[in-house]
Amino acid sequence: MRITCPCCGERGLDEFSYRGDATLSRPAGDPPLPGAGAEAWAEYVYLRDNPSGPHRELWYHGAGCRSWLVVTRNTRTHEILDTERAVNVVRATRKDAEA
Amino acid sequence: MSPFDAAPTQSPTPGPTPSGSRPRQPTQPFRLAEGGLIDRDTLVRFHFDGRDFTGHPGDTLASALLANGVRLVGRSFKYHRPRGILSAGPEEPNALVELRTGPRREPNTRATTIELFDGLEASSQNRFPSLRHDLLSINGLLSPILTAGFYYKTFMWPAAFWEKLYEPIIRRAAGLGRAADEADPDHYEKATAFCDVLVVGAGPAGLAAALTAGRAGARVILCEDDAQPGGRLLAEQLSLDGRPARDWVRDALAELGAMPEVRVMSRTTVFGTYDGGTYGALEHVTDHLAATAPHLPRQVLWRIVARRCVLAAGAIERPVVFPGNDRPGIMLAGAVRTYINRFGVAPGRKAVVFANNDDAMRTVADLAKAGIAVAAVVDSRAAPSATSRDAARDAGARLIAGGQVTRAIGGRALTAVRIRDAAGREDIVPCDLLAMSGGWNPNVHLTTHHGGRPEYIASLCAFVPSVLPPGMGVAGMAAGVAGTAAALADGSRAGAEAATACGFATSPLSMPSVPAEPSGIEPLWHTLSAFGGAAGKAFVDFQNDVTAKDIGLARQEGFRAVEHLKRYTTLGMATDQGKTANVNALAIMAELTGRTIPETGTTLIRPPVQPIAIGALAGPHRGGHFKPARLTPTHDWATELGATFTAAGLWQRAQWFARPGDAGWQETVNREVTAVRTAVGICDVTTLGKIDIQGPDAAAFLERVYANAWKKLPVGRARYGLMLREDGFVFDDGTTARLGDTQYVMTTTTANAGPVMQHLEFCHQWLWPDYDVRMISVTDQWAQIAVAGPKSRDVLRQIVDTAYDLSNDAFPYMAAAEITICGGQKARLFRLSFSGELAYEIAVPARFGDALVRRLMQSGAPFGITPYGTEALGVLRIEKGHPAGPELNGQTTAHDLGMGRLLSTRKDFVGRAMAQRPALTDPARPTLVGLRPVAPHDVLPAGAHLLPKGSPATAASDQGWVSSAAWSPSVGSWIGLGLLSNGPARHGEIVCAHDPLGGRVVEVEIVPPVFVDPTGERLHA
Ligand SMILES: [Zn+2]
Repeated sequence: MRITCPCCGERGLDEFSYRGDATLSRPAGDPPLPGAGAEAWAEYVYLRDNPSGPHRELWYHGAGCRSWLVVTRNTRTHEILDTERAVNVVRATRKDAEA
Repeated sequence: MSPFDAAPTQSPTPGPTPSGSRPRQPTQPFRLAEGGLIDRDTLVRFHFDGRDFTGHPGDTLASALLANGVRLVGRSFKYHRPRGILSAGPEEPNALVELRTGPRREPNTRATTIELFDGLEASSQNRFPSLRHDLLSINGLLSPILTAGFYYKTFMWPAAFWEKLYEPIIRRAAGLGRAADEADPDHYEKATAFCDVLVVGAGPAGLAAALTAGRAGARVILCEDDAQPGGRLLAEQLSLDGRPARDWVRDALAELGAMPEVRVMSRTTVFGTYDGGTYGALEHVTDHLAATAPHLPRQVLWRIVARRCVLAAGAIERPVVFPGNDRPGIMLAGAVRTYINRFGVAPGRKAVVFANNDDAMRTVADLAKAGIAVAAVVDSRAAPSATSRDAARDAGARLIAGGQVTRAIGGRALTAVRIRDAAGREDIVPCDLLAMSGGWNPNVHLTTHHGGRPEYIASLCAFVPSVLPPGMGVAGMAAGVAGTAAALADGSRAGAEAATACGFATSPLSMPSVPAEPSGIEPLWHTLSAFGGAAGKAFVDFQNDVTAKDIGLARQEGFRAVEHLKRYTTLGMATDQGKTANVNALAIMAELTGRTIPETGTTLIRPPVQPIAIGALAGPHRGGHFKPARLTPTHDWATELGATFTAAGLWQRAQWFARPGDAGWQETVNREVTAVRTAVGICDVTTLGKIDIQGPDAAAFLERVYANAWKKLPVGRARYGLMLREDGFVFDDGTTARLGDTQYVMTTTTANAGPVMQHLEFCHQWLWPDYDVRMISVTDQWAQIAVAGPKSRDVLRQIVDTAYDLSNDAFPYMAAAEITICGGQKARLFRLSFSGELAYEIAVPARFGDALVRRLMQSGAPFGITPYGTEALGVLRIEKGHPAGPELNGQTTAHDLGMGRLLSTRKDFVGRAMAQRPALTDPARPTLVGLRPVAPHDVLPAGAHLLPKGSPATAASDQGWVSSAAWSPSVGSWIGLGLLSNGPARHGEIVCAHDPLGGRVVEVEIVPPVFVDPTGERLHA
């Protein structure tokens, strides 16, 4: 598999490591009273969908620029449809939420 | 003139034959007088099953054996049937031999692909005691129980018999060759190549594709499995533009060789299609040489990254299924032509040709031209084509139209075939060679590795690629395009398409003129009237000994789906992956179940296309090169002192420093521990992960990644930090020091240096991207040495520059500072203690680590300074009750480790929410305790289970375990740390440590985990 890192260009799979679903968002942390939001946390930490087709997921370019990436990968074909720096994805999402 | 009248061009192996010994072999009696791409002027000697033979450079082992009249070359897998040579290529299922001897012995190599070299040694396999007289062929008589599914049915009961009786017998009787007993002495490499266009196969289509793409300027890699590129152009009597086809090949190769961006790789098998245009290939660099050349690998495993690929892998001819179709002397029709035309070998003296197609009729002509008698041409088509009629007439052979070979006759060699004509009359025709063809199967393997299933084309009687992997095109016979002219044109088209897709301007190849090559075909899979097998075994899969009857049995028992058929009968599961078997099996199953072939389906073929030695996959990564070794800055110094080293991940760390006179390692470790407790010791702790964190928001960031509080840590102080995973369990721990307003240096455990770095980047880039903070690993940049013991301050005073006050008031426990030592050398000093003694860690740029340790030893000598290793480090931390790897095992919580109070309630941090789950703070969870055997000298085994005294040794009474244990010279007893249910509430209780592996039960007292200086006075001294 080949992944095109926005910083480093097209590189081999062995430079990257996989984390998982990039569509999850960490539940609000402040202030997490005991038991509050337990369901949201359990879902965030443990529950994963197993989608067939394009999937947005987090990868780490550990043997390159150390960027976390949001990679859109077709889980049926391993085709890489898009790669973005994770930090830009979060910032864009927050800007959208503010607007 | 018959070719057999020809005298050999060279004299045979010289030397008289000793009387009474084996007769002298006539030299290459089946070598034709002329023709073939062999060097007749050079003689190559080889050895097969203890007999000496000769051949020529350019021969394969198979062609040389045939030239010498050797046709029996092996015994079959299950029934020990005599087997010969079926093919002339890598698809060979029968002629499998053990190549070479000793540590280089390689089983199951195909005689058809082994290039002959001088001194080659090979032996037949799967026979006992000899190939001609194989006692185990009695398996053939046992065949009623060795049929399909026998593994599942016959040997299921009683289970105890399997290991002692059935398995050894089956393994002895059924099997393939023997692997070498010794380590492989050769070396293997791995390499990566990049190109625009990868062309797989250098037959007419592949050469045309490479020429077209190469001329356009594309970076081309052309891989050819064979030693000699050319494919069928080397094996056929064929002229291109009126010249022999091999001349066209030579010119094409010369042109490709002159192109700077084109690389032709012969002896290179592309074995797998992977994601993103990545292909696996194996290059046989020195397999064809008598001895591996110095400085050359035996094989190279290539990863080829190609923007486009043209698959021009050709096709494999199909056998026909009939009783006795495995007898030595029965050969694929195309292979017969290869032996005649490429190798100058007569595969027999009297031949019958049996086929359902026009292509095989070339064999009739080639046999006749080579002077081999053609007794009959059996064309299964009711209305034979003009091609058949002409071929038979020209060869002076009898044409049996609408006929079939219904049985092969002979034992260790074919002696005759039984033929049934269109009217049903049967006749027996003596012959020693049967050239058969059921048509050609395109080599679709590389197109199926992404899950694409090939499509059946009735007019071709074959499967062709349908859905292709991204970036791949198929050309020539691999795509079902038959004939040289069509293959050249198709190859050029595919090469142009590939190069165009890479942005190159292409122009079509000018096509040589090629005589017409008829390729008409009508389906024929078998000549059986029933599948009961009364007429004898009709083989579908030669290598795995699967017969037509087995397929009938599979149908009967309900294994009709192709994948079930495969697993039930083992069809296609041998090392040849059923290359000559699968389509026939499918056609027979289709017939048996009344379905069409497309309805019956196909199995998926997985990489590798050809067997690959484990050595090639391992490459150079074996023994000491299996993984990289990381050495600490004091490694040379420790080596000089005779330290014993231990692996900590990739690191090599000094385990202890034995001195002459030490009775054993335990005495050494005791001495090292005592030195730290009473004087001073030094230990390299460079391997701990070090991360430099800087930025205005560094403190805020630490608040998020650590469970405890950081905001109030002043400059010049360090603090213990506990890091959780988001699921609330402990991830890592370490100390982080604040060196400046916006600069921190974090330490991690040795094992988690990489994972913590990755985690911090995740937190920063994904969870909290607004923090203005940056971080970098500095583990390799700083050498760090622990100086521990009551005299550590005295030693440091000798090297720290006088401007720096080391008194307890000025530099108390947990102080941190950037200082200078030895007259101006920059260093960092931390007052940290893992041992519980007055202790420091001093860091210098890594290049000064060696100098620092030597200076410390020198300055510390008057104070009794003693180097200590990881073993003493472990004892010291157990004595002090510090959790380490065995306690931070990914399943423990802060509460379990007695650190629940560290969890801040005033901030958000990774793991906070989940750590609050009631189950994670349940006091009944196994929680950290100290353990002390009731008898101090009772060995306390780490890993032992903790059970209440007197309770049965069952999982139900298991309450925890011993996580770490050591002999403590400071306490004068074995001590340990453990995790025990309700642990802290049970101090004083006696429990049992059960070690079922060691067969020991030790009574231990539950105590607080800190054995030495529980009030911490020494730390603050
Ligand atoms: Zn990168």
